[in-house]
Amino acid sequence: MTDTTASTPLKRTPLRDVHVKAGAKMVPFGGWDMPVQYTGIIEEHRTVRRAVGLFDISHMGEFEVRGPDALTAVQRLTTNDARTLDVGQVQYAALCYPEGGIVDDLTVYRLAADHYMIVVNASNIDKDWAWVTSQSTGRAEWRNVSAETALLAVQGPKAEGLVGRLADRDVTGLHYYHFARGAVAGVPAIISRTGYTGEDGFELYVPAGQAERLWAALIEAGRPEGIQPIGLGARDTLRLEMKYALYGNDIDQTTNPIEAGLGWVVKPAKGDFIGREAIEALRARGVARKLVGFEMAERAVPRHGYRLMAAGGPVGVVTSGSFGPSVERSIGMGYVPSALSAVGSELGVEIRGATHAARVVKTPFYPSHTKKA
Amino acid sequence: MANVPAELKYTPEHEWAKVEGDRARIGITAFAQEQLGDVVFVELPKVGAKVTAMKTFGVVESVKAVSDLFAPVTGEVVEVNAELPKKPELVNSDPYGTGWMLVIRMSNPKDVDGLMSAADYEKLTAGGGH
Repeated sequence: MTDTTASTPLKRTPLRDVHVKAGAKMVPFGGWDMPVQYTGIIEEHRTVRRAVGLFDISHMGEFEVRGPDALTAVQRLTTNDARTLDVGQVQYAALCYPEGGIVDDLTVYRLAADHYMIVVNASNIDKDWAWVTSQSTGRAEWRNVSAETALLAVQGPKAEGLVGRLADRDVTGLHYYHFARGAVAGVPAIISRTGYTGEDGFELYVPAGQAERLWAALIEAGRPEGIQPIGLGARDTLRLEMKYALYGNDIDQTTNPIEAGLGWVVKPAKGDFIGREAIEALRARGVARKLVGFEMAERAVPRHGYRLMAAGGPVGVVTSGSFGPSVERSIGMGYVPSALSAVGSELGVEIRGATHAARVVKTPFYPSHTKKA
Repeated sequence: MANVPAELKYTPEHEWAKVEGDRARIGITAFAQEQLGDVVFVELPKVGAKVTAMKTFGVVESVKAVSDLFAPVTGEVVEVNAELPKKPELVNSDPYGTGWMLVIRMSNPKDVDGLMSAADYEKLTAGGGH
């Protein structure tokens, strides 16, 4: 029950004081002072699955790139094919090193013909900024707008009704991984039909100075829907039940997109990009290990760093694990040799010196309810 | 302010003990369960196991954290709460009641004299734990 204390002062989102006032338990996360829970992780998790939850994810980073060579820069940096994006579309992708290791995972927004925004993980902002600006060439002007941009996520089956009521435009016609510009409760926003929970919902990019007003308006207007603020604890269990990767846990510079199950966002046919050769060689040769989802036979909880066992010996490592409140069992993700990656493979997880039975299962662990295009 | 029943004895590691003759019923405090958050798994010894005062006897896991459990007294486990494997959330909802963990037959009932009083434990936790 000891919190790790950061050696450098923690960064604060524009809503940090709002969380403290609301009684949130604050923890350091990726260098930020963030709410881990308000009432309880399981209750918050269920609120998102059943009704609607409000998340402050303003710690995420946003970079804009514009100019005649903006698309060329994005194409060179990311693994996915940004050429296929229309204005108003979003795409998930990876940034990779030449050797195929992952710099970060991100979403790419096409804001205008020659204008893109990429959204990166909070703990990677400085690293990513250095990387994209050092690797980008031509007439592409980069701006790090992270500090001036707040990001609120409204997630859950009742998100559409709530955001629709407060928005100055129709949102029901907005498809998954599409966005529109509008105002929500009078606050100018990029209204994006995206999320990290497996539920329908929106991510709202707004000026930092107006985040508090939008937060208060959503909490107030969402009362009939049963809205609650949701901390990072439930954000983690929600994404784990979907087997969404978390950078720093499931993917990092030592893992490649193929073994991480992200081959679907690597598009070699688009032309050259950083890491293409290495990743395609891996795809052709086959990877030695794969990121799988597993469930425990009993309730003991697998955690990041625990060893995965088979035939009495260690075969891999748990990258994420928790009790899954919607699947009501302990679940995890981890890398195992490809021969043990098939659904049904029997594994063990070493927990406090004892091996506990686990089995590779089909993922997501919990069915996705995101809006289909 | 967390609930600290006056009739119980406490450890600085946030376990409580209720003395019943030569036996002690034990669990974790309201303060402890609040700090842990949602309890999802409790690992306890079996009936007949020996536990030693201020040594670990098990583990409580919440969604976010794993914490060791420390025995308030030395002795033999004579009862284990059979509800906890199925309903670990009882540790949160009723830490001094249905969320109890073990009953220990004490080797030395004088062990309880070394435990904290409710007043002392309340002082320990008054700072909020951080």
